[in-house]
Order: sequence, then C-alpha cells, then structure tokens
Amino acid sequence: MSSAPLPSKIADGSDTVLRDEVRTTGMVWLRELIRFERTRTRILSGLIQPVLFLVVMGYGMSGLVGTTAGFDFKKFMFPGIMAMSVVTTAIFSGMSIVWDREFGFLREMLVAPTSRASLALGKTAGGASVAAAQGTIMLVLAPLIGVHLTAVLVLEIIGLELLMAIAMTAFGVFVATHIERMEGFQVVMQMLLFPMIFLSGALFPLNSLPGWLTVLTRINPLTYAVAPLRQVVFAAQNMPAAARHRFPATVELFGHTLSIGTEIAIVVVFAGIFIALAIRGFSRTE
Amino acid sequence: MVAGGGASVIEVRELTRRFGQFTAVDGISFDVSEGEVFAFLGPNGAGKSTTINMLCTLAHPTAGQVTVAGFDVAARPKAVRRNIGLVFQDQTLDEQLTAQENLRFHAVLYRVPSGEVDERIARVLELVDLSDRRYDLVSEFSGGMARRLEIARALMHVPRVLFLDEPTLGLDPQTRALMWEDVLRLREESNVTVFLTTHYMDEAEYADRIAIIDHGRIVALDTPVALKAAIGADTVELGTTDDAAAIAALERAGYRVEAVAGGARVFVENGENAVAALIETAGVPVLNVHVHRPTLDDVFLHYTGREIREAHAEAIPARVRAWHGRRR
Ligand SMILES: Nc1ncnc2c1ncn2[C@@H]1O[C@H](COP(=O)(O)OP(=O)(O)OP(=O)(O)O)[C@@H](O)[C@H]1O
Ligand SMILES: [Mg+2]
Repeated sequence: MSSAPLPSKIADGSDTVLRDEVRTTGMVWLRELIRFERTRTRILSGLIQPVLFLVVMGYGMSGLVGTTAGFDFKKFMFPGIMAMSVVTTAIFSGMSIVWDREFGFLREMLVAPTSRASLALGKTAGGASVAAAQGTIMLVLAPLIGVHLTAVLVLEIIGLELLMAIAMTAFGVFVATHIERMEGFQVVMQMLLFPMIFLSGALFPLNSLPGWLTVLTRINPLTYAVAPLRQVVFAAQNMPAAARHRFPATVELFGHTLSIGTEIAIVVVFAGIFIALAIRGFSRTE
Repeated sequence: MVAGGGASVIEVRELTRRFGQFTAVDGISFDVSEGEVFAFLGPNGAGKSTTINMLCTLAHPTAGQVTVAGFDVAARPKAVRRNIGLVFQDQTLDEQLTAQENLRFHAVLYRVPSGEVDERIARVLELVDLSDRRYDLVSEFSGGMARRLEIARALMHVPRVLFLDEPTLGLDPQTRALMWEDVLRLREESNVTVFLTTHYMDEAEYADRIAIIDHGRIVALDTPVALKAAIGADTVELGTTDDAAAIAALERAGYRVEAVAGGARVFVENGENAVAALIETAGVPVLNVHVHRPTLDDVFLHYTGREIREAHAEAIPARVRAWHGRRR
C-alpha cells in the first residue's frame, strides 16, 4: 500500500514565534511530569528520607526538648521536612539534565530550532511541579504528627512549595549546565544541597547559633523559603503564646523580624536570579 | 521545490575545522543536489562526524562556508535546523517515553502544526514499520528498532535534507537492508536529500555519489560506477592447459597480460564481454575463467592505502546498546 506523500513545508526562515516557544516550554514540562508519574519507585524513595528524619530526629528531639503547651518538636519540624523534600526533589529534577546529557536526549533538545530559554523554562517548570507534588504528598503525614490542616492552609502550602521549587529547580538547572560529568553531581549534592538544608532552619531553630553561622543562614536563600511555610502552618494551629515563644517561626534580619511578604519577595528575587542563570547556562551549553 | 536533481541543496566551500593544532577537516568543498543520496565514506577519525556537525550547525567551522537549504549555517542556524532531519551516531531517544511520546516531543520542538501531529506520527511509523509499537516504551525496543525510530523522528517535520551519521551502526544485515529500503523509499516519495556517513562499502553502493574522506580531506568524489572505473579496468583470469602458449598468443594479439599462479591475467575494458574473444585468441583449451570487477574496497584501498575493514573494528556496535546497561 502506497500512501500519499508527506505534505511539504515551505521554509519561511522566520526565527522566533512566541506561540511556538510556549508550546515548546509546555512540552518539556509535560515530559518531566510523564517521567515523574512513570517512576513510582522514585516517588516512594523520595518519601523515605524525610520520613526517616521526621521519625528519628523528630521523636528523638521531642524527648529532649519536651512539650510546651501541647506543642512538640515534631510539629516544629514538620514544615521544615516538607521543605526539605521539595528542595531535594527540585534540585534533583533540575540536575536531571546531567542524565539527559549522559543518555543523549539533551542533544535532541539542543539541536531543535527553538530558543534555549524555552527549554530552560520548561525544564524548570516541570521540575518545580514535580517537586511541589512530592512535597504535597508529605501532607498525608500531618495527622500522624498532630498537625491540623484546613483547605486554605493546603492551598497556601502548595503555593509556597511551588515558589520554593521554582527557585531551586532553576538553581539545579544552572548547576547542571556547568558540570560535565556524573561525578560532579555527587559533589554538588554533598557540598551545596545538604549545607543549604541544614542552614535553612528546616530542621532546627536558627535563633541560638553563633554569629558566623547566623551570617551563613541569612545568605542562604532557603532560609526565606522555609520560614513562610512554617509560619502559615503554625498560624493554622491552636498555639498558645508559650509555644510560639519556644518554637519561633520567623526570621530576623538586621534586628527586624521579617514579614511573610518580605520573605516571599526575597525568594521571588532569588528565583528570578536563578532562572536567569539557568537560561544563560542552557544557552551556553555545547 | 525542484524535483529530481539540478539545484544544490548543500554547498560546501573550503570547509575547515581545527581542534588546537590538529586539523580534523581540511578545506573540503562539494555540492549535493536536491533528491540525491550522498555518502561520506571514511575510516575512524577521518572527520565524518565533524563535517556533519558543521553542516547541521552543531559545530562552528574554523574557516570556509556552508549553505544548507539555501541558508548559511553560521548566519541562520535556526532556519537550517528547521529544514534538516538529524540522526546522530549515538542514540538520542528518551527511553522512559513511548515511541509516540518521543515523536510528539520532536514535533512540538520542530513546530509541526498541532493538527498534523497525529497523522504524521502514524505516517512516519508506517514508513519504518513500527506502527504496532507506537505505544510501547522505547526501553523495550531492540537496537535496530530504536535506530529506525530515530529515523522516523528525523522525518516528523518533513526535512529537505536528512543527515544520517552511521545510521546502520550496530544493526544486523536484515535490519540494515530494511533501513535502506526506508531511506530509498523516502527519497522516492518526498524527494528528500540524504547525506550519510558510513563504514560499510556495500552500503555506500546505494548512494548516488560517494565522497571518500581520509585525514580530513576528500580524496575522491564520484558515482560508485565512475569511482570503480577510475581505478582501472576489469581483469579476466584464464586457466588453460598450456598457460605459456596462451600468454604468448594473447600478447601477440595486443592484450596486456601477466602470468599469475592459476594461469593468465588479462586487463580489459569490460571483462564479461571480452571472455569469448579471449578464449578464442588463447588458442589452447581453456579450463576456467574468472572475471573480476573492481569493488569499492579496491577503490578505498587505492585512495587511502588502507583496507576499510582493518580501519574499523566490528566491535563498535556494542556501543549503541551499551546505553541500556546504564539506565537509572
Ligand atoms: N571535540 C574534539 N576535540 C578534539 N578533537 C576532536 C574533537 N572531535 C573530533 N576530534 C578529532 O577529529 C578527528 C575526526 O573526528 P570525527 O569524529 O569527525 O571522525 P569520524 O570520521 O566521524 O570517525 P568515526 O568513524 O570514528 O565516527 C578525530 O581525530 C578526532 O579525534
Ligand atoms: Mg563519526
């Protein structure tokens, strides 16, 4: 059976059409979602680490710190653990470009007649969606910890997780475009990701650290992403003043307590910078 | 579009690429016409992939000029990319996606109008005989199937020129033959120009023209027939009851003859047509006749001083599938 010849396309040579670029970004985004949905084991293993932290550290510390007005350390940790889960997944997703390179698919993307910015944005959007989803799955643990959820709170959490995920995925993309080999990936995880998480306030309060460590926590973008998440969660809990004092959720900068709006604005600025760096990194690749 | 030959769709002038002191491609020039199947034949490291990469805008020439489909590769890389299809030497599929998803991804990146995507997917899959695998994950494909899917993908956006870097590397003979059927049918149906590189002599025979490249230079460029004709005449070897007498008789008749182990070797224009006259001229009973036409192997040997078989190890195909061993 001989079918009709393919319709021939006349090359017009026009270079950039916005609608096509948006389609490209959407497609790259969709690919990330498909891959996430297909790797159930990764979703599961993504849960194990935070749960371990929550159980081991949460219960261990709760014994040590004790309960203040019905509020314990596990509840303090819970938003931080969600943030940790989001950030880890986000950086992993952004850095999956290293795998794309290793398996050749990156070339398929790079030779396409599209702008590199569309590709970088799609990768960031996809990774961020996946990371926010992974963080949101953590909410199933809330009843076990005794954290009270409302519909509004869940929406607030998803919004904040998305913002944090966008910033960190873009950061991951940026880093990935600057490392050539798989080994570099391990190094980045050890040298960047873990210190950033530990110095973000995700796992313990930042208010009694020595001066130089305090400086590090304040230049860590994650600090400003973790605090709002904890603030909205705490705001929805029935927390007496004693507990609020014992488990502070806010960040102080130059002697001022930052408002949630300021913190979000800081994260938005970081996200903008990381996205710009990611696009630049992608444009320079190969 | 011009149908069948005539207009040049690729023009290469004094193209050069250096890596530091090393010159990988050394001032090559050639044209490829619309609808032509053009083969680059050369040993490992000859500069085939480097040339293809420059033609496809993936590498910048150190010097020289290239236009593809009427666009200068340096000035209008995106326009060039929209008009070409590419199959790399190494696999570039996403194995965690299905065949259809890989093709759809490509369609969007290459701006295939949304309304046409499904139809084209069906069409290109049919072309490479993978229609029944449309919804299967690529990780479940054999090496040959993956290769054919890559070719199908390169055709999604109806390129004017299809670049294939060692398209049959690692494929068994049947699959190679199938793939060549695909490529030739495609040229037939869509008048697409095909530029390919290969190690395989028998494969180069399918090409309309062959450029033999060695150490970054084109050492010969012509049709397979002309290339073979250029390196010399056919030879006919005769085994007779009295070789000495036969040689003497043939020399008297004006033939160029030399004595070889099995008898007399005669150099003639067209071996098959000369056989009857030779037997008659020899004057002694002829026991056996062997006609030899120069092959591309002879041509290659002539121009590069090497056998292509010794230049390329058959072990290479392992590489294509090696990717599978390294999955997440
Ligand atoms: N990025 C690079 N840096 C340095 N040298 C390079 C680079 N790419 C290619 N070369 C060199 O250029 C020469 C030509 O390489 P190329 O890949 O074009 O060969 P090829 O003809 O495609 O060989 P093969 O049949 O093995 O694929 C080789 O000697 C190679 O070592
Ligand atoms: Mg090569």
